[in-house]
Amino acid sequence: MKLITAILKPFKLEDVKNALQAAGVSGMTVSEASGFGRQRGHTEVYRGAEYTVDLVPKVRLEVLVDDKDSDAVVDVIVKAASTGSIGDGKVWTTPVDQVIRVRTGERGSEAI
Amino acid sequence: MKADETMEEIVVNSGDTAWMLMSTGLVVLMIPGIALFYGGMVRVKSALNMMMMSFGALAVVFVLWIAFGFSMVFGDSVDGKGLIGDVGQFAFLSGLDNSAALIGTIPAAVFIAFQGIFAAITVALISGSIADRAKFGAWMVFAGIWATIVYFPVAHWVFAFDDFVAKTGGWIANDLGALDFAGGTAVHINAGAAGLALSLILGKRVGFGRIPMRPHSLPLVMLGAALLWFGWFGFNAGSAVASNGTAGLALLNTIGATTAAVLSWLLVEKIRDGHATSLGAASGVVAGLVAITPACAAVNASGALIIGFVAGAICALSVGLKFKLGFDDSLDVVAVHLVGGIVGTVMIGFVGVDVGIFDGGGTEQLVKQVIGVGAVFAYSFIATMIIGKIIDLTIGFRISQDQEVAGIDLAIHAERAYELSDNGQGSVLGNSKGA
Repeated sequence: MKLITAILKPFKLEDVKNALQAAGVSGMTVSEASGFGRQRGHTEVYRGAEYTVDLVPKVRLEVLVDDKDSDAVVDVIVKAASTGSIGDGKVWTTPVDQVIRVRTGERGSEAI
Repeated sequence: MKADETMEEIVVNSGDTAWMLMSTGLVVLMIPGIALFYGGMVRVKSALNMMMMSFGALAVVFVLWIAFGFSMVFGDSVDGKGLIGDVGQFAFLSGLDNSAALIGTIPAAVFIAFQGIFAAITVALISGSIADRAKFGAWMVFAGIWATIVYFPVAHWVFAFDDFVAKTGGWIANDLGALDFAGGTAVHINAGAAGLALSLILGKRVGFGRIPMRPHSLPLVMLGAALLWFGWFGFNAGSAVASNGTAGLALLNTIGATTAAVLSWLLVEKIRDGHATSLGAASGVVAGLVAITPACAAVNASGALIIGFVAGAICALSVGLKFKLGFDDSLDVVAVHLVGGIVGTVMIGFVGVDVGIFDGGGTEQLVKQVIGVGAVFAYSFIATMIIGKIIDLTIGFRISQDQEVAGIDLAIHAERAYELSDNGQGSVLGNSKGA
């Protein structure tokens, strides 16, 4: 099993979520995040005092999938999240030892 | 006929009274105006403390006002020197707290309430210079002592005219003859000088100039500025203590100068920083209001526009001084109230109708204005340094560094301004303490 983590532009979340549902992914976890890569941040001015703000608002989306589905799901996310401009985010996968569904106690692929 | 005229002089004027009742309500609205204006400008961890300093100032100062403040301001000048009113003459408003007593053409009770809020507003304005770091108890003690030692005497100098409430009044109003209609000196220069002194006594916040201290809610700042503007119609036009042409002129100028100041503040920002900001617009509103306060009945509409335009620009240019000179006047009480108050008071000497240099008045009035400004600034600054230092050395004025970093709201008031999530609510320890 794999955990797919995607950092997205917030306004692309709906597109990615819809694409994943269309591809048969049945669940996901979304959280608000902030960070920066090559995009860097912006500047703000308050009564003449200028601040640089490095951290840009992003959305973190996490999906658990079977190993065999991993590449296809990653492709779906990358395709749906892309705008072609700087700051589109990143997608990565991590191996997962065990997954348990809390309600039923099912384990492994059954629990995804 | 003569008897009728005499009768009229001692009968309450219902038009004046109605306007002054309304003006009193308007100036009370300036307290939440200041609280929101300042409260939105601090970081999220100190928003409540900032607002509490305004509410606390009102509570302390108005109680003292009834006890002896009114008498110190509007009682007969001690020895006729114009420095301080007789504290015993109207102690606890003796002789005035009944429905028959009149001051001018309005009930004494209305005039007393109206003027009492001025005192509270002046103290509340000071709190902007010591955001995030002052012990609440020390602030409350300061509010009472400062009102007694600084505001009440200075208000006597400026607001107590001979033969209005008592026979003899203050030296600036009567002997010097400096013009200050609604408190450019007594309220704004006074509060600004005290803010400067307190920011020096308390020292800089942890991380001042190094870490960003951005306003946590600009909509609150805008709302606060709007409430202040609305309330200021009572403050300025109500200072006519009558429903007449003077009140009307003051009201018009209170809009004109303020709009001009918004334009010039934004213009300075656009040229200097590249952006016209909402905080700049709100600040321009207050700078314009401050500057027109002393002058609103002494200038025509063009004069008000000039005062507002000059004040907005100079105040906007002054906000950087604290970083250059290294004092943490957190919310720019100096740049807005001290500088704005000086600009408005001094400019009466230039654009005042009949008295200003540009209106054929020579330099006589300008000299009087400058003396008034200098006297109030010097007295307020020196007295506040002494009061602040004594409080700091005895009960301590500043919270600990740990408390400040964690946030004064939680450390001092055991509250947080915002609860934005239902998660991590904690559990109830006890809820019957009040029973």
